[in-house]
Amino acid sequence: MLRPFKADLHVHTCLSPCTELDMSPKKILYSAKKKEIDILGICDHNSSENSLAIINAAQKTDINVIPGMEVTSQEEVHVLALFDDIKSTLKLQEHVYKNLPGKNDEEAFGMQVIVNEKEEVLGFNDKLLIGATTIPLEEIIQLIHALDGICIASHIDRESFSIISQLGFIPENLDLDALEISPHVTFEEANKRYPYNYPITSSSDAHYPDDIGKSFTSFLLQDGTIAEIKKALKNKDGRKLIH
Amino acid sequence: MKTREIIKTLQLEVLTGQETLDTEVTGGYTSDLLSDVIANSKEGNLWITLQIHQNIVAVAKLKDLAGIIIINNRKPDKDTLEKAAAENIAVMISKEMAFEVSGKLYELIGSQD
Repeated sequence: MLRPFKADLHVHTCLSPCTELDMSPKKILYSAKKKEIDILGICDHNSSENSLAIINAAQKTDINVIPGMEVTSQEEVHVLALFDDIKSTLKLQEHVYKNLPGKNDEEAFGMQVIVNEKEEVLGFNDKLLIGATTIPLEEIIQLIHALDGICIASHIDRESFSIISQLGFIPENLDLDALEISPHVTFEEANKRYPYNYPITSSSDAHYPDDIGKSFTSFLLQDGTIAEIKKALKNKDGRKLIH
Repeated sequence: MKTREIIKTLQLEVLTGQETLDTEVTGGYTSDLLSDVIANSKEGNLWITLQIHQNIVAVAKLKDLAGIIIINNRKPDKDTLEKAAAENIAVMISKEMAFEVSGKLYELIGSQD
């Protein structure tokens, strides 16, 4: 049976250098539950090493946690990669790591904390996660699709690291699954401002627990998976965006 | 000053748009944010950037720029070159960084408006 799902597909964890330690599995899930989020996408910068911790921590909840990543392309465009299968996420991560130069400087950018579901610190990622990969945007999109994931252009309304700020406009024939707007813009404004032929989703891009669910996207789905969201973005089999 | 003369002094490698090199250059614009180039570059400017995505061609065409100088010896994507050839936009490569290229261009032509 189809029912509405409330999705926040873009949430960072304490692995992203620009967040604090309080973006931990329990606090993220507590906040997501408070905001009645059904589907939660974990998208740290160029890494997915905390996705499994949140998935495991969510096992006794009703929240569907989606493993993902916010990849930075060669052009410094941010895109979300979201998968049903953690193995696909890790395959993408492997490719991203191979093409991500530099080492993190904790003083300059912040700590990159890897945790488990019990919130124990497992280690620190030493890659320059805030940096850009050397992978062209088109190749990232192809890669995500080859791994059965969906690719959403992040916060297209922002003046930095968005596909529009970096590339001026959205290139033709780009195989994106959707465009994401930040909480600063409503769906109504976005439809007027971005006359592109892509569905529009909204997510919080939360860096603090309280920001989770600040904006979200409602879908009509059978269950809270990427396979279902993929159908909804294509308006297939009754699945759809209900905003 | 024409693009052709600037190419000589700056030792640029010309990849496309050979027929456009007699364009009178009005100044330079150095930026890697295409949204910024759309907003602030002026007709006849040479655009100095490290971006190699095909959208640079569309921006150069839209703003009637004299051409694009790609810095640091970066090689443009194949799509970019095909588009630049089709649109007749001069794409050039410099082995130097944006600072050097901009400085040398400024020395040559200043910021003529």
